[in-house]
Amino acid sequence: MEEVKKYTFKDFQSDQEVRWCPGCDDYVILRSMLKALPEMEVKKEDVVFISGIGCSSRFPYYVDSYGMHGIHGRAAAIASGVKLANPKLSVWTITGDGDSLAIGGNHFIHVLRRNIDINIVLFNNEIYGLTKGQFSPTSLIGQKTKSSPYGNTQPPFDPGELAIGAQARFFARLGGNSPKEMTALFVEAEKHKGTSLIEILQNCVIFNDGCYTQYTDKEVREDKQLHVEHGKKMIFGKNKDKGLVLDGLKLKVVTIGEDGVSEDDILVHDAKEPDSTMHHMLVKLKYPLVTGIIRSVDEMTFEEREAQLMEEVKAKSSCVKVDDLFFSGETYEVK
Amino acid sequence: MISEKAKPNKKKVEQVNAVVIRFVGDSGDGMQLTGTQFTDTSAMFGNDVATFPNYPSEIRAPQGSLYGVSGFQVHIGSMEISTPGDDLDLLVAMNPAGLKTNIGALKAGHTVIVDTDSFTKKNLQKAEYDSNPLEDGSLENYRVIEVAMTSLTKEALKDLGLDNKSIVRSKNMFALGMVYWMYNRDMDHTLDFFAKKFKFKPVIAEANSKVLKAGFYYAETLELIPNSYTVAPSKMDKGQYRIVNGNTATAWGLLAASEKSGLELFLGSYPITPATDILHELVKYKHFGVKAFQAEDEIAGITSSIGASFAGDLAITTTSGPGLALKGEAIGLALMTELPLVIINVQRGGPSTGLPTKTEQSDLLQAMYGRNGESPVIVIAASSPADCFDYSYMAAKLALEHMTPVILLTDGYIANGSEPWKIKSINDMEPIGNRKITTASDSWHPYDRDNDTLARNWAVPGTPGLEHRVGGLEKDKVSGNVSYIPENHEYMTNIRAEKVKRVENYIPDLKSEYQEEGDLLVVGWGGTYGSLHSAVGRMNDEGHKVGHVHFNYINPMPKNTEEVFSKFKKIIVCELNKGQLAFVLKARYGNKHEFKQYNKVQGLPFSVIDLEEKFKTLLKEK
Repeated sequence: MEEVKKYTFKDFQSDQEVRWCPGCDDYVILRSMLKALPEMEVKKEDVVFISGIGCSSRFPYYVDSYGMHGIHGRAAAIASGVKLANPKLSVWTITGDGDSLAIGGNHFIHVLRRNIDINIVLFNNEIYGLTKGQFSPTSLIGQKTKSSPYGNTQPPFDPGELAIGAQARFFARLGGNSPKEMTALFVEAEKHKGTSLIEILQNCVIFNDGCYTQYTDKEVREDKQLHVEHGKKMIFGKNKDKGLVLDGLKLKVVTIGEDGVSEDDILVHDAKEPDSTMHHMLVKLKYPLVTGIIRSVDEMTFEEREAQLMEEVKAKSSCVKVDDLFFSGETYEVK
Repeated sequence: MISEKAKPNKKKVEQVNAVVIRFVGDSGDGMQLTGTQFTDTSAMFGNDVATFPNYPSEIRAPQGSLYGVSGFQVHIGSMEISTPGDDLDLLVAMNPAGLKTNIGALKAGHTVIVDTDSFTKKNLQKAEYDSNPLEDGSLENYRVIEVAMTSLTKEALKDLGLDNKSIVRSKNMFALGMVYWMYNRDMDHTLDFFAKKFKFKPVIAEANSKVLKAGFYYAETLELIPNSYTVAPSKMDKGQYRIVNGNTATAWGLLAASEKSGLELFLGSYPITPATDILHELVKYKHFGVKAFQAEDEIAGITSSIGASFAGDLAITTTSGPGLALKGEAIGLALMTELPLVIINVQRGGPSTGLPTKTEQSDLLQAMYGRNGESPVIVIAASSPADCFDYSYMAAKLALEHMTPVILLTDGYIANGSEPWKIKSINDMEPIGNRKITTASDSWHPYDRDNDTLARNWAVPGTPGLEHRVGGLEKDKVSGNVSYIPENHEYMTNIRAEKVKRVENYIPDLKSEYQEEGDLLVVGWGGTYGSLHSAVGRMNDEGHKVGHVHFNYINPMPKNTEEVFSKFKKIIVCELNKGQLAFVLKARYGNKHEFKQYNKVQGLPFSVIDLEEKFKTLLKEK
């Protein structure tokens, strides 16, 4: 493998002034990405950021790589074209809950189904920010927004559940205020072959401030979040004394040392299990909220299948130039 | 078997210049195959040919129903053939519904061949006949040849041990055999075709061959056809030919453009009638490195192509009217990011779902203006099945050399119609350049432009040192960074318009056929070329001074357009819509010229006879 130059944070920083609202989690995500990029085994010129429309989608302007700020909802489809045209590229899609789960819902499920090797970072703030505060497909029932003054009546999507339903092979979730974990997560996502979906629980300071504080506040984080790691026991809590066990067909939180529960009883996280049943249960849990890489299954990518098929067809065909095609078969001569 | 009206005469061979034949039957009767075989055989014999398949949008409509009739019309001649023809010299009707819906097109005194076995009480009812037309004298103006094709087919195949369904399915070959005898064609091409197509089902190959021969010998032995005809080979340019339909030619033009430009071909597409055959064709060519991506919807079709274009491929998306509407916003993205992209719209009857399997030219204004904002793109149109090759090639060339989206308009009529194509070698085709750069000076900017074309450079991901961002927000005129400066927006709007306008320096002049000046100029565009060419030809044969110009380049138009118009006393614009090119011409040249219109929106091509009539009336008007 060709040696990749050692880059720094600054190598990926663009000359554009960042224009998000002060205090927005988007700054955290950007900084984590700029830190993660030098950690990846990729050349700067091979990195491509594609976005849709929304606050999150300004992201490509702030990274000094190749980038396209696309149109609303279509980033996954644009990114698919980039990757199929040149599979050597490291392709990132930056999107939001409105962009990917409403107007771009179709592309979102199909890119996951195909398993094209791109990385999708979904900034989920449960609100439309750029259009100034309407409910989104992840807003909660009853949530008061500019377009639901008496409370939202549309049940929300859970991005992870939707993704697993669409056969996502890689799904991770993280709070927007966890920069260290985020940098590591981006590096892991890049390593994964196939579509990687990372949901960031991103606080919108203007229109939906505090929507995740019950999970992400420093005070409660350790007690309310379970950060899973493949092969490790699903233990959480400030005192590392809470864990998950199976109770019939449901997950249950237990306390180690109480009711005869020992650490041995706690479930081990298996992100690589192809059967998504357990991953689905983890995604749906509200207490604790599960973060980290919930699912990471290796499977052939779409572009690998295509390339393999192309090689097979090429090997069988004697038709190399278009003239071979045009002048073969049912032709006739006019004399 | 032989009706009173078709008693055997002494066989004589008559020489004719051209004939129009239509095969009609149920949509499962194999009429398209029958027609295609007759076409190919005639072309190989040396005739000029043009075809018109006309089928329902239902895949297998209820048997015997009027709306389930599928037809294939072919026009063959010893002279130049530029349309599938108007009135029929021969009609082959496999059932009463086919007879009922098509007999009106048959010239009086000409021949209709019917399968009498299908004229059952039930089928007559389905075709809404009160009485049997074979018995009630309603066909007395025609020469009716009644043949029990189904029974004769069964008889011919009784020893092969096939099931009834397979046997009955091959009766179309009985009809084809008869028509081969009638027109003195030999059966070799079709027999070869069976041998190849059913290589692994020899019994089916044998069955079809047997029935074809049975039909041929039946016609010969019983001499139930009073005349047989020959149509001598046409005087075509020397060279290698093949029969192509417009969709295949379109796909092949793209293959040629890919090889010539040295760029990999990416197609992002979603199935839609009548454009899907371009996708079907391109998916075959993985050995040429073609990446044909069937997307989840029309929007993903075009946006994946935009992504591929950004990454350096020759990117194409194909669709039909409703799909073009869905792609509108993305076309805007391609023109804002100034990336090369070919959008092919095989037009069909609209609006909404409209008439999916029928032809129309009603997407011209959509192609020109159907987007938000000031969003000019190059619009070109192919005018015959074979020249779809040239114009898809040209669409790719213009997109790549001018860094802009190009919309190519074809239509259902030329997409499904076929004609001989004088095969072009890649070596004889115009070179295709592109604006890719691999290195740049420190002062390089993504929106630097070529002085002549105003095209920007194409710096693709993977190229070190040229990292940059593009997007749908307005761009600064040099750096390509987001800019909200009012003067910059106006400047960029003007530049994008000027860039498209300057393409006029790279396209051929408009040329009037038949007359360079005269009493009437017939103006058309796109797929109506053949009909207009024939009609204007006939007008000139009769001594009228009529010219014909046909637009292949609509935005921008050829530079000499006004000059050509000024040489004629009257101008008529003929379109299969309500006057969309006329609308554009009136806006541009309406202060100097009056544009009369002739419009048809029946989902069908023009009739040459109707056109002539219109032209004559117009010439007489003061």
